[in-house]
Amino acid sequence: MATVTIRDLNKKYDNGFHAVKDVNLEIRDKEFMVLVGPSGCGKTTTLRMVAGLEEITSGEIRIGTEVVNDLPPMDRNIAMVFQNYALYPHKTVFDNMAFGLQMRKYPKEEVLKRVKDAADILGIESLLERKPRQLSGGQRQRVAVGRAIVRHPQVFLFDEPLSNLDAKLRVQMRVELKRLHERLETTAIYVTHDQVEAMTLGDRVVVMKDGLIQQIGAPLELYGNPANKFVAGFIGSPAMNFVNLAVSSDGRWAETEGLRLQVPERLRSHGGKRLTLGVRPEALQIANGTDQHGFTTTVDVVEPLGNEILLNFRAGGAPMVARVDPGVRIKAHESVRFAVEPGRLHFFDAESEAAL
Amino acid sequence: MLIERKWKKWLYFYLPMAAFIVFTLFPFYWMAVTAFRPDSELYATWRQPNAAPLWTLQPTLEHFYGLMKTTAFPTWLWNTMAIAIVSTGISLICGTFAGYALARLRFRGSEFLGTAIFITYLVPQTLLFIPLADIVRDLQLGNTPWALMLTYPTFLIPFCTWLLMGYFKTIPKELEECARIDGATRFGAMVRIIFPVAIPGILSAGIFAFTLSWNEFIYALIFMSSADQKTVPVGVVSELIRGDIFFWGQLMMGALLGSVPVALVYSFFVEYYVTGLTGSVKG
Repeated sequence: MATVTIRDLNKKYDNGFHAVKDVNLEIRDKEFMVLVGPSGCGKTTTLRMVAGLEEITSGEIRIGTEVVNDLPPMDRNIAMVFQNYALYPHKTVFDNMAFGLQMRKYPKEEVLKRVKDAADILGIESLLERKPRQLSGGQRQRVAVGRAIVRHPQVFLFDEPLSNLDAKLRVQMRVELKRLHERLETTAIYVTHDQVEAMTLGDRVVVMKDGLIQQIGAPLELYGNPANKFVAGFIGSPAMNFVNLAVSSDGRWAETEGLRLQVPERLRSHGGKRLTLGVRPEALQIANGTDQHGFTTTVDVVEPLGNEILLNFRAGGAPMVARVDPGVRIKAHESVRFAVEPGRLHFFDAESEAAL
Repeated sequence: MLIERKWKKWLYFYLPMAAFIVFTLFPFYWMAVTAFRPDSELYATWRQPNAAPLWTLQPTLEHFYGLMKTTAFPTWLWNTMAIAIVSTGISLICGTFAGYALARLRFRGSEFLGTAIFITYLVPQTLLFIPLADIVRDLQLGNTPWALMLTYPTFLIPFCTWLLMGYFKTIPKELEECARIDGATRFGAMVRIIFPVAIPGILSAGIFAFTLSWNEFIYALIFMSSADQKTVPVGVVSELIRGDIFFWGQLMMGALLGSVPVALVYSFFVEYYVTGLTGSVKG
């Protein structure tokens, strides 16, 4: 039970690659914090520095009140779950789970009790005598989690623990991890490249890109108020639609080929500049009648997913997706008028990409 | 379609396979037949009636008894065994630690060191025995088993190091990292986790090293002079070819008996040996 505080953290590799740049992060006690971003964004490096597996170039990491910069991994009281599970192939499931306790010289009965308890929580009691190679992917994942929880660490570290599982199992394990976290109430840092995992698991989510933190916030905050174009495009599936617009010199209208819309009051000062407009797929709805804010286009691909239909089309010179009600009957190459609520539009500076 | 595939399989797979097997196993077969062939048959011409050039009609153990009585063969066998085991042991211990260090630790000059070790392996023994002979003489090890026990590692250690370095690289580094988070030191993680996982690699390095030192000829020929210190490969050749007379029966019997221990070692560890060479560890 501890907070993790990261101050001005930097990681530069010997080859000059600056993987993590001035990261500042405060992970609260019992919080489930998710680091998300595309590959190479520095999220795993940050996690490995917290674990003590990677040297820190500059900055400070505190677990609880203690600065752990120079502590070896074993003295940080953390447990880590790896993407490839990293189960010891020559040990049984029981010994895999007990190893950390045995290394710390816990009495035998305590080891037995803790492993039994963890196995009970994860439903792997019947597997304790098996070797890792006799287990399925999902079972291995459970053992890896079990090995982490027997230690009762201050902080759990997860490095893309679900990405080796098939899609169905991944959804199932995701829910189990969430349940487990509520039960154990331990601070957790979870790294993933999957924004769905980030949104569903995290109490708060950190979006990273090129070693820099882009935004920190609760999942819905990131979704509703993205700080920049990158976060807006990264969070949400299908991704937000973007169109580049030129603002008229009086700042009242913004337009591009086939699209023209009124610029909100607060952005009137942008006359003569360029803006990027962002629209979530669900903010585009089929117009009933002659809505004032809308446009007409031709749908080129229809993706019926059952619970929703995705309509692909081009507007303002960019490919776009709309997510509409499954009851809508629209065929490909049909002409459709879409309506947009002005309040659901996002605007970004075309150059700095910051939200406006 | 199916029939065509079948004959193609025969043509491209079974036939070359059969040719390969005959090619590799025939010398061994010839050695075995000659070892049990009486001299009268051995020196008879193939044109003679009842000649059986490819097998023997009167198998005999006369060469076996001859070998045991007229030469120090059991001593050679013992010498070879002891030298091979000790030099393999030394080489495995050094090779395992060196291979681990080169595969896992990042230190200044590690790549240069790896290449340097490999280059020493490339220096031919036919050159290296000259300075080594000097050293062996200075240390007064000549004509003792230690001369070979300590010189064989000069080519076995580079060999083991390279083979094991490759194997250690196939072991996911997360295993070790996990062990270190679990409370093991770097050394502890190496000994408790990495070495047990690397057993197939260590065993195949061991088998190779054992075979190399078992079959070694040049150093054994140079550093050992008295008959009771010789190893099988040298003893058989130097004591059973007298002048221009080849004692073929005994030569072949000696070679056959000499190859049995190696064959046994291979057959015991063949499974480990294969995984050791293909290097597959799954978490």
